[in-house]
Amino acid sequence: MKTPLRLSPDLKQGLYDPAHEHDACGVGFVANVSGQKSHEVVSKGIQVLINLEHRGACGCDPETGDGAGLLVQIPDLFFRRELGAQGVELPKPGAYAAGMIFLDDDPAVAARQAEILEKVATDEGQRVLAWRDVPCDPDSIGWLARESMPRVRQLFLGADGPEASDPDAFERKLYVIRRLAEKQVAQLGSRSFFYVTSLSSRTIVYTGMLISRQIRGFFPDVRDPDFQSALCLVHSRYSTNTLGQWDLAHPFRYLAHNGEINTVEGNQNWMRAREGTMASPLFGDDLAKLYPILRDGASDSARFDNALEFLVLSGRELPEAALMMIPEAWENRDDMDPDLKAFYEYNSFLMEPWDGPASLAFTDGRIIGAVLDRNGLRPSRYVVTKDGFVVMASEVGVADIAPENVLVKERLHPGKIFAIDLEGGRIMGDEEIKRRYVERRPYREWVENNRLILSALPAGEAPSDETDPEQRFTLQQAFGYTLEDQKVLLAPMAVQGKWPIGSMGEDAALACLSDKPQMLYRYFKQRFAQVSNPAMDSINERPVMALYSTLGSEGNLLEEKESHARMIRVEHPVIRDAELAALERLDEPGFQSRKLPCLFKVADGGAGLRAALDALCAEAEAAVRAGVNVLILSDRGVTPDLAPIPMLLATGAVHHHLIRETLRTRCGIVCETGEAREVAHMALLIGYGAAAINPYLAFQSLAELVEEGTFTPEDLDAETAIANYIKASDKGLLKTFAKMGISTLQSYRGAQIFEAIGLDRDLVARCFTGTASRVSGVGYDVIATEAAMRHARAFPGDDFQYPELEAGGLYQWRARGERHTFNPDTVSKLQIALQRGSYEDYKEFSAAADGAAETACTLRGLFRFKEGEQPAVPLEEVEPATDLVRRFCTGAMSYGSISLEAHQTLAIAMNRLGGKSNTGEGGEDPDRFTPEPNGDLRRSAIKQVASGRFGVTSWYLVNSDEMQIKVAQGAKPGEGGELPGHKVDDTIAKVRHSTPGVGLISPPPHHDIYSIEDLAQLIYDLKNANRYAKVSVKLVSVTGVGTIAAGVSKGKADGVLISGMDGGTGASPQASIKYAGMPWEIGLAETQQTLVLNDLRGRIKVQTDGGLKTGRDVVIAALLGADEFGFSTAPLVAMGCILMRVCHLNTCPVGIATQDPELRERFAGTPDSVVQYLLWVAEEARELMARLGFRSVNEMIGHVEVLDVGVAESHWKQRGLDFSELFHRPEVPHALHQCESQGLADELEKVLDQKLLRMAAPAIERRERVEVELPVMNTDRTVGTILGSEVSLKYGEAGLPEDTITIRLRGSAGQSLGAFCTHGLTFEVEGDTNDYAGKGLCGAKIIVRVPPGSTFDASENIIGGNVLLYGATGGEAYFQGLVGERFCVRNSGADAVVEGVGDHGCEYMTGGHAVILGPTGRNFAAGMSGGIAYVLDEDGVFASRVNPETVDLDPLDDADLERLQRMVRRHFQYTRSERADDILRKWDAFAPKFVKVFPKDYKRAEQDRIAAESGNG
Amino acid sequence: MADPRGFLKHGRESTSYRSASERVDDWKLVQEHFPPEKSHEQASRCMDCGIPFCNNGCPLGNIIPDFNDLVYRDKWEDALARLHSTNNFPEFTGLVCPAPCEQACVLGINQDPVSIKQIEWEIVRRGWDEGWITPRRPGRRTGRSVAVVGSGPAGLSAAQQLNRAGHTVTLFEKSDRIGGLLRYGIPDFKLEKWVIDRRLDQLREEGVSFQTGVNVGVDLSAADLRRSFDAVLLCTGSEHPRDLEVPGRELEGVHFAMDFLPQQNRRVAGDEVPGEGAILAADRDVVILGGGDTGSDCIGTSNRQGARSVTSIELLPRPPEGRHASEPWPLSKKYYFNVSSSHAEGGKRDYAMMTTKLTGEGGRVTQLHGVHVEFERDRLERPLMNTMREVPGSEFSIPATLVLLAMGFVHPVHEGLVEGLGVDLDPRGNVSADTRRFATSEPGVFAAGDCRRGQSLVVWAQWEGREAARQVDVYLQGKSRLQSRTAA
Repeated sequence: MKTPLRLSPDLKQGLYDPAHEHDACGVGFVANVSGQKSHEVVSKGIQVLINLEHRGACGCDPETGDGAGLLVQIPDLFFRRELGAQGVELPKPGAYAAGMIFLDDDPAVAARQAEILEKVATDEGQRVLAWRDVPCDPDSIGWLARESMPRVRQLFLGADGPEASDPDAFERKLYVIRRLAEKQVAQLGSRSFFYVTSLSSRTIVYTGMLISRQIRGFFPDVRDPDFQSALCLVHSRYSTNTLGQWDLAHPFRYLAHNGEINTVEGNQNWMRAREGTMASPLFGDDLAKLYPILRDGASDSARFDNALEFLVLSGRELPEAALMMIPEAWENRDDMDPDLKAFYEYNSFLMEPWDGPASLAFTDGRIIGAVLDRNGLRPSRYVVTKDGFVVMASEVGVADIAPENVLVKERLHPGKIFAIDLEGGRIMGDEEIKRRYVERRPYREWVENNRLILSALPAGEAPSDETDPEQRFTLQQAFGYTLEDQKVLLAPMAVQGKWPIGSMGEDAALACLSDKPQMLYRYFKQRFAQVSNPAMDSINERPVMALYSTLGSEGNLLEEKESHARMIRVEHPVIRDAELAALERLDEPGFQSRKLPCLFKVADGGAGLRAALDALCAEAEAAVRAGVNVLILSDRGVTPDLAPIPMLLATGAVHHHLIRETLRTRCGIVCETGEAREVAHMALLIGYGAAAINPYLAFQSLAELVEEGTFTPEDLDAETAIANYIKASDKGLLKTFAKMGISTLQSYRGAQIFEAIGLDRDLVARCFTGTASRVSGVGYDVIATEAAMRHARAFPGDDFQYPELEAGGLYQWRARGERHTFNPDTVSKLQIALQRGSYEDYKEFSAAADGAAETACTLRGLFRFKEGEQPAVPLEEVEPATDLVRRFCTGAMSYGSISLEAHQTLAIAMNRLGGKSNTGEGGEDPDRFTPEPNGDLRRSAIKQVASGRFGVTSWYLVNSDEMQIKVAQGAKPGEGGELPGHKVDDTIAKVRHSTPGVGLISPPPHHDIYSIEDLAQLIYDLKNANRYAKVSVKLVSVTGVGTIAAGVSKGKADGVLISGMDGGTGASPQASIKYAGMPWEIGLAETQQTLVLNDLRGRIKVQTDGGLKTGRDVVIAALLGADEFGFSTAPLVAMGCILMRVCHLNTCPVGIATQDPELRERFAGTPDSVVQYLLWVAEEARELMARLGFRSVNEMIGHVEVLDVGVAESHWKQRGLDFSELFHRPEVPHALHQCESQGLADELEKVLDQKLLRMAAPAIERRERVEVELPVMNTDRTVGTILGSEVSLKYGEAGLPEDTITIRLRGSAGQSLGAFCTHGLTFEVEGDTNDYAGKGLCGAKIIVRVPPGSTFDASENIIGGNVLLYGATGGEAYFQGLVGERFCVRNSGADAVVEGVGDHGCEYMTGGHAVILGPTGRNFAAGMSGGIAYVLDEDGVFASRVNPETVDLDPLDDADLERLQRMVRRHFQYTRSERADDILRKWDAFAPKFVKVFPKDYKRAEQDRIAAESGNG
Repeated sequence: MADPRGFLKHGRESTSYRSASERVDDWKLVQEHFPPEKSHEQASRCMDCGIPFCNNGCPLGNIIPDFNDLVYRDKWEDALARLHSTNNFPEFTGLVCPAPCEQACVLGINQDPVSIKQIEWEIVRRGWDEGWITPRRPGRRTGRSVAVVGSGPAGLSAAQQLNRAGHTVTLFEKSDRIGGLLRYGIPDFKLEKWVIDRRLDQLREEGVSFQTGVNVGVDLSAADLRRSFDAVLLCTGSEHPRDLEVPGRELEGVHFAMDFLPQQNRRVAGDEVPGEGAILAADRDVVILGGGDTGSDCIGTSNRQGARSVTSIELLPRPPEGRHASEPWPLSKKYYFNVSSSHAEGGKRDYAMMTTKLTGEGGRVTQLHGVHVEFERDRLERPLMNTMREVPGSEFSIPATLVLLAMGFVHPVHEGLVEGLGVDLDPRGNVSADTRRFATSEPGVFAAGDCRRGQSLVVWAQWEGREAARQVDVYLQGKSRLQSRTAA
């Protein structure tokens, strides 16, 4: 029977789309450097795999894994024996290939599939030798895996013809055979299952939907002593889905990938486009058989593998191809070898980077190696042994290696590569490998002789015709400029060179619902990174970001020629008029530009627009075919008859047309547009293919702004304003890329990191191919109408002129402006109702807030209830309001962003109701953990853990009912919070463990969540930190959020919050408020559907928030799938908020979002009003439930069938909206639609801490000193945290006296050693630790030293992983050796000594002391605003490695020297470090070589403090 | 909002008036103006709110934060442009509007609101002084003609808008001068008439044709009117006064306020008011029935004319000072103890008194007799009209030698034009038309202002005029480029 559980991409249903799935994982390999094959390598590999199991996951069936597998060299001995037994004699090794084939479980279909394979192989001139049924034991795997298990067979082919004598040609032929077979089988019907796991003469892959430990049982082959290989590459997968997908398990044919390619959609488009220009002497005519190169709908890793395979088989060496696809950050590196830089630049002309976090292990059977992305966002540790083995893995300690056998312990550094040449029997380091390729061709000469730089081209003459104010005004009207654009957007960019900031989120009508003509840009929302990959930090990690792009014709990817370097390099995408003019008049061999007008006859409406687009695409095609390689799309030339085609539409249409014609890589697209003016516009144009943008009208408007001088200072000239504007755009673009975790414009270009709301699907399919548009609707007609409306204002006729631009109203409410859900009417009605205490008045509020379809701002505004689907029930039978409110939460608003009064009022109110308030990310004063005499409790039930980790201590966590990991927030997903210095007063500084007056920034990502398995680890950490509380994860609605939620559920969180794009107090860039994230309705519906389809819904609570205001909102949220409901702005309004939107200015006149004591006194909110308001909401929800026939919320959850749309048919835009995907109810037998039980089988029962608890009992019970000794391995994660939480519970914030409990561990400690551990605990590890040791350390001590018997030099070997002491607030740590990236990130109080660190050391540090006795990586002290680091700078290069933005490098004074010496002495005392010993012995020689890294703000605050103290004294 | 902390630095400076002792001796404007630095300072108090409730509180939708900001930044001409973009005649509202905007001002929650009205007046005053206000003639004429009947604030706004849309506009006024209620209803001390005249010059130069002394419906038949114009807009006001139905009403010395006030405006304008019809308060014990704006104007006028005593009587109880719970922020205050400049000039205000009869000597009124009344309150503590009852034994009588009836207006005058056109009336007797189309039951006939909505404020009349003009334009051209509060 065909299992219904197996999904292939065409099984997309409702909002669920398998294309959105993500995976991440553990990866590793074992290799024998000498190339000697053995079974030992395989069994060691399996051991590694098993020890990485916790990095994988399992779904609803605990015995079914997401996938685990291994890749080995062809085990010739084994196959020869096995085939011999079948009577088949294999040719000599290398002359035959083995294929691992998954066939359909229907025997007839499988037979047909096999037949095709055989026929293709024969047709391609190779010999079919035999089939072998691979022994598999279905009983060893989970039922879910079993149900979807394919038939697993091996195919053996013999090389024949020319391929018989050329092993490389044979590999290529095998590739052709596979592609042809895949395509032919696909024609059998999409439901049949067929997957060639591998087909090679060199390697073979054994993989499946397994848990790591099952591989030995499932594939008896791998246990056979004859099963031998010199390498074993393994992978344990953690995916966001649970559906049987045998074909997504790694390793793939050439690689195992831990990470995520963020730009994969763009990469695929570009790859497709390149097919038109590719030619291969090696493949010859076979090339066309391979197209498309990338498998549609496959995972990012699989597509990466496809591309890598293609490059390798086309003649590039494997490491070279990997470097091409994942270049290190070279763009801003002045210290890089120019030849290497030229190599990268040259390659960038051929292919854009595949951007995203990636730890990639690759092999072709002869070379095995690994490369890390430019940001080093995945851990990669390796050990080289004296007996010739290399073990590489995501973690250290995955294989048993005796200390005395260790030659080197290292990690892969960001952007670095290493490989083992098994044939040559040697290890090749980063430098050697790169040199090898750099020297192959004269790249530097090629680049220097051919590449042009736009800014250096002879300047053209800029058109000056439109400086006439009247014409400018006309154009501003035609392009929809408003008064707000000038004041809110342009002015801050022109004056400060910064992006404009706003607050209070987005509540304006969605573009598809607005009555106003909307710029097409507003229909799009940016996608952003959450969980499955980290957002980047475009400010503090600027060195890895790059903004340049190229113009010209890409050459044939498959050959290397000088002419490929004939490109124009555009340094900044926003180009000036003169630069555009230079491109227009381009007179350089190899380049030809043409300008194509983007205008349409406004009188012809939608048909005219369409015709104009057709013509434009045809012209573009013809131009490119004729050799034009710089296409300038221009909307200049607007006349009374001609309106501009929205530039985004023109760009998207041309881009995709040229992709379809495989012409796209032959040209670059430049937009000359009066339309684009803000960062989001630029980002969209780039995202849909533009390389450069000339926003001529924005420039003119800037000149006007300066001329008028209303919003600009007198001394600002137009030139500076434009320069500032470009600078602001650059920064804003980088930030936009960073939100998605993308580092370079090259890879962002065409990557389509957007989705649309309410755009017609056909239009999207044509112009924005591949972009999600969940609600279909607006098409050419409406877009043309909107253009016509703007055009009519520009050309009103009859010499009439509008006196001024439209007021706008997007950013601030305006009469006659855009509609907002919070408007004078709704705000005042709610406040009046509360003043009057009248439910009747509340109903007036809710009627105004719910509104009518015609005036809807939100999607739910259009929803209608199908009453009478089931009989109504009497109101008194519906669960009481007092029960309902227990499901209510208030949103995360930090103490800091809002005042103490407001924060406590919310907490008291929610505690009275039995709901939950949320600390936000600013910590909470422990003073609030004790109840008031009247029973009120001022603490928040939900303690948030955000990327800044402010005030996250053990005591904080144990005082929670729920711990919420904030992955993203609605107002600015993909960005960190920011608290300006003027809001950081003494109390806030205390709560946040920082310095008063010094601004605080949260990093964009959690530095311990770069992937889904990292999130699972943090969830695990928190569960250890407080076993009695729930853990939830806050996500923001976006397409694909459902799959992330599934991953969260598999990470064993108890709850997930799907937050709408609308929310958010505090400061946020306007571009983020307006352009990032989706309405919760879509995200929630997708989450519900995905969780149900994956049968995960039953074990996780789903909450939603984002502008909820009324009982109707609550009911709709429940019907779409929510168990719990979050409110933020509305309770603030109940407390007096009137949406000033000045939270970022500290001037809130009602004392809510301010720390100004004078303004705080004005706070007039009360817990009573919040309680009253929420009770009314609940009451109103009850009334609706009664009418709909639901007696309880539980009965109601997920019943979307009760919803309908009441689209206002008369509305010119709403008419076409289609919500069918939103209202889909997946039917899966037995799958639950709501949460029934949280907290799965308690895995904390078996952890090491249970032993520790027992052994440390005397200490906890009686404060007696206890010493414990235990072996430890990498699978022992979060050691000590439960113990620490018990200490906190019993002894509060103070914990126990130092060294009360000493825990001695031998081995490799797993991740998060000592996380959130408090005073009194001491960990001594002999061995090493993995990532996150000392996370959230708040008093405990961690000592890590090399094990006895080691012979390597500790100070040159790695002993700790990445992101150590993240968010520590106190305690000490000593590492005898080197550690990885981001040491002490966000440390705000711990003292640590280490012998060397990787990149980004002490990033964002706000307190504590770090002593570094050895080398540092790049970007040290980025964003550091407090604490001090002492760095031993022996070779005088340290200054070049520091990010000097916020810190000074000072000499040490006496107090510093004393402290330093004390710390080094302790380091020696604890670790017996030779390095420390040496330094202490030669103190006088070493002391002057130390540099003090002193944050500027901290220094200023210290000086102020000293001045104040001496003044007082 | 160039100064985000302006509201913390400066307190409100309200409009100041000339001293009461000085101003009661003349008919000049009582309102003074701000020196520029004070405008700058007061404008800095504006917080440029995310939701500017003032912008919503203003019927015209004046973009108040913007012009405050521009004044603060010393961009007066831009401020004037922003003001004119929503308001044809800021000088009228700047002088006589009760400023619901200020009542909605967010600062009003816990501080005194921004002095919006005064800033408005300063902007437009400066505009006139600097010569920035010039005629804006339409580029092309549409060839369509519109009759606007009635030249009060609604008619004037509509006429200017329609003319700017290119229509040929004739503004009819039954009186001898253009201005309607502005001209004859509001005393000079609140609105000097040169303020109107200079605006009329602008309209005239823009091409609006004024027809004064034409009582349409009487002097020109409704049918002729419709024949001569492509569209007709009624802005005739609500001129039918509420009468006092008590014994003695017929006595001499009992007058409608609207018979009394215009005479004084004529005198100030230099017209002669014939002695026999003259109503003068000099040496009289003036009793004014009705505590609204008209009543207050009667107080100011009576004091200036030299009344012996001035008493105003209101049927309802004395309203509370400050905001009443029934009208919380940001609602505009109606039920509150209002002290106008005229109130400050002298006179007595009595409440909860009902007139029962008037008695006199020689056919002339001398005494007003009444009784105290009381009311039950609604849930918001407001008196309920239909629960009024007399307080037993509370009868009183006071001297009254001039009784002025300022009890409001019921609806427009029906005789003549309204009847002649045959337009439908609403249940209250107003011309029936909605605010979406402003169209009456007769095709091509529109109505705006008090004749449509009932008696109201100047600012509402201006709003009605602008909105209706847009709808008339749509009627004539199928679309409109005119801005209004509801449309671009």
